[in-house]
Amino acid sequence: MKIESVSGKAIPLLLDDIDTDRIIPARFLKEITFENMGKYAFIDERQDSAGNQKDHPFNDIRFQGASVLLVGKNFGCGSSREHAPQALKRYGIKANIGESFAEIFAGNCKAIGLPVVHAQRSEISACAAFISQKPDTVVSIDLVSKRVRYFEESFLVSMSDPQRESFLTGTWSVLDLLKKNQSQIDQLEANLPY
Amino acid sequence: MAERTLYNKVWNKHKVATLPTGQDQLFIGLHLIHEVTTPQAFASLAERNARVRFPNRTFATLDHIIPTENQLNRPFSDSQAELMSKTLEFNVKEHGVTFFNSQSGNQGIVHVIGPELGITKPGMTIACGDSHTSTHGAFGSLGFGIGTSEVALVLETQTLALTPLKVRKIQVDGILQPGVTAKDVVLKIINVCGVKGGIGYAYEFSGTVFDAMSMEERMTVCNMSIEGGARIGYVNPDQTTFDYLKDREYVPKDQQFEDLKTYWQSIASDADAVYDDTVVIDGNSIEPMVTWGITPGQSVGVSQRLPKLNSVDDDDKVLLKSALEHMKFEEDSAILGQKIDVVFIGSCTNSRLSDLRAAANVIKNKKVHSDVTMMVVPGSQRVKAAAESEGLDQVFIKAGAQWRDPGCSMCLAMNPDKLEADQLCASTSNRNFIGRQGSPTGRTLLMSPHMAALAAIHGQVKDIREEMPS
Repeated sequence: MKIESVSGKAIPLLLDDIDTDRIIPARFLKEITFENMGKYAFIDERQDSAGNQKDHPFNDIRFQGASVLLVGKNFGCGSSREHAPQALKRYGIKANIGESFAEIFAGNCKAIGLPVVHAQRSEISACAAFISQKPDTVVSIDLVSKRVRYFEESFLVSMSDPQRESFLTGTWSVLDLLKKNQSQIDQLEANLPY
Repeated sequence: MAERTLYNKVWNKHKVATLPTGQDQLFIGLHLIHEVTTPQAFASLAERNARVRFPNRTFATLDHIIPTENQLNRPFSDSQAELMSKTLEFNVKEHGVTFFNSQSGNQGIVHVIGPELGITKPGMTIACGDSHTSTHGAFGSLGFGIGTSEVALVLETQTLALTPLKVRKIQVDGILQPGVTAKDVVLKIINVCGVKGGIGYAYEFSGTVFDAMSMEERMTVCNMSIEGGARIGYVNPDQTTFDYLKDREYVPKDQQFEDLKTYWQSIASDADAVYDDTVVIDGNSIEPMVTWGITPGQSVGVSQRLPKLNSVDDDDKVLLKSALEHMKFEEDSAILGQKIDVVFIGSCTNSRLSDLRAAANVIKNKKVHSDVTMMVVPGSQRVKAAAESEGLDQVFIKAGAQWRDPGCSMCLAMNPDKLEADQLCASTSNRNFIGRQGSPTGRTLLMSPHMAALAAIHGQVKDIREEMPS
């Protein structure tokens, strides 16, 4: 499936260094499917031990139904758990805009078809401030022109060429590409010194 | 771009092709798997009627969810743990994958057993659905964590689509002060380079400090590369590496060993290798380190004070504030003397025999403070047996600590070992993230094994340099 653009309401979560334990605590990794993960996104940040709701953008009525996540630096650091992007995707997120992302998290996002794009702090903050005032604003990420648009504003984003290429050509799920090189794989394997 | 480094050489040796997307297709020489990040991967293979491509390059263990008490009693009392374990047991049987279960005598944390059995070797590409796969870089291999979709790709094709990283040389020369360990060195590196500094990089650990380290110490350092944002960290293989590997179960012997050694030597970074950048840290000046916050980079030397709020810029102030708030610490307070509730000795960072010896040496003939619960969780069945054969279990038990069965345990609290409420834990693990040790309000101080043992005796953070055991 080609992904050339993503648009929808946005949800701001600009604190830096948000790790995957915070996105989804380890106790929910005990399930053997990803099916329910959407329910658990940021659960311990959204409710206390008695089940009372806490202040959190994911609880904020204004941002319900959002599909673009705005984040800060080093989002998704820590554990390699794919449960984290799975939780976000199943919650309804379709793309992430951030200053920087942890390597494994970004790879996991790509593997499940969630584009991850980089932008400058000032642009992300301005967008977050705007949508906090007007939460129904549609934010759209155009991967072709590498530009984010909202209201009358727009800003440039960056993403690695291979990532962008894989979304634009619909090859982000790489299994078929990898399987094409069967004979080269066998040859390399046979020649390894171990 | 880096040239002639170990990273470049091992990458090139495993590059299958350049994909149309521009990424490289990289062959994975060794795939380590465990119960938590594989059920969905095997399920996707089953949907396609696909098979594991190279079962002989795949090894499995049970570590994350396994209880550390009465480990041999099945079914586990946690039905989710039982189902997850059964799922792995079914999948490895179905696909003919070697599985180190609790009956094997070789079960343990995936990053402990790979090296100790000699499965991990220099010059390999190693992937595992676990971010601490960087541990295996201690051998001069490229070990890195992957997600479950990628686990499925490795199972089915033994390859991944990846973009090469840049290579940063982390040069640490000098002689470590008494009381300063590999854990302190890596915490210092993360403190200096930052938790995001390593994004996009592999770290090459170089210099006399790493030259002098044992393999277990190098594993501690490489293990935490990912905490600095570097997906891969490695040390060039040397005589210490070869001596460690000799005579291990999965290491070939005699001429075959010599032939392999030739390969291992050939992949070390050349003297004139080119790096994308270099960071130099003075090994002589590193103190025993303790984290005080909610990322592994928020640390201080044990004699230092926490930062002041007005000492950082606005973005960092938000982070600092949220960390202090969660930790219930005041700005500018001393880390020394903070009262500890729980001590956890274990995890893929610090659960090997040398770690247990270091902790036992401190706690020998002493008592765990009455306000402290202390748990010692060896990294593998082999570590446990070795520790017991030299009486370390008795040292811990006599001191009042709990001696457990091997597993990841309270590093990530997927099993019954958890902090309660806002307990403060002196932990030898790798992450002090909010909620990491099983309680959303729980708090973690990362430190070395002998510092954690000292905290257990005193019920508070103390400086090991003032009470060095003989």
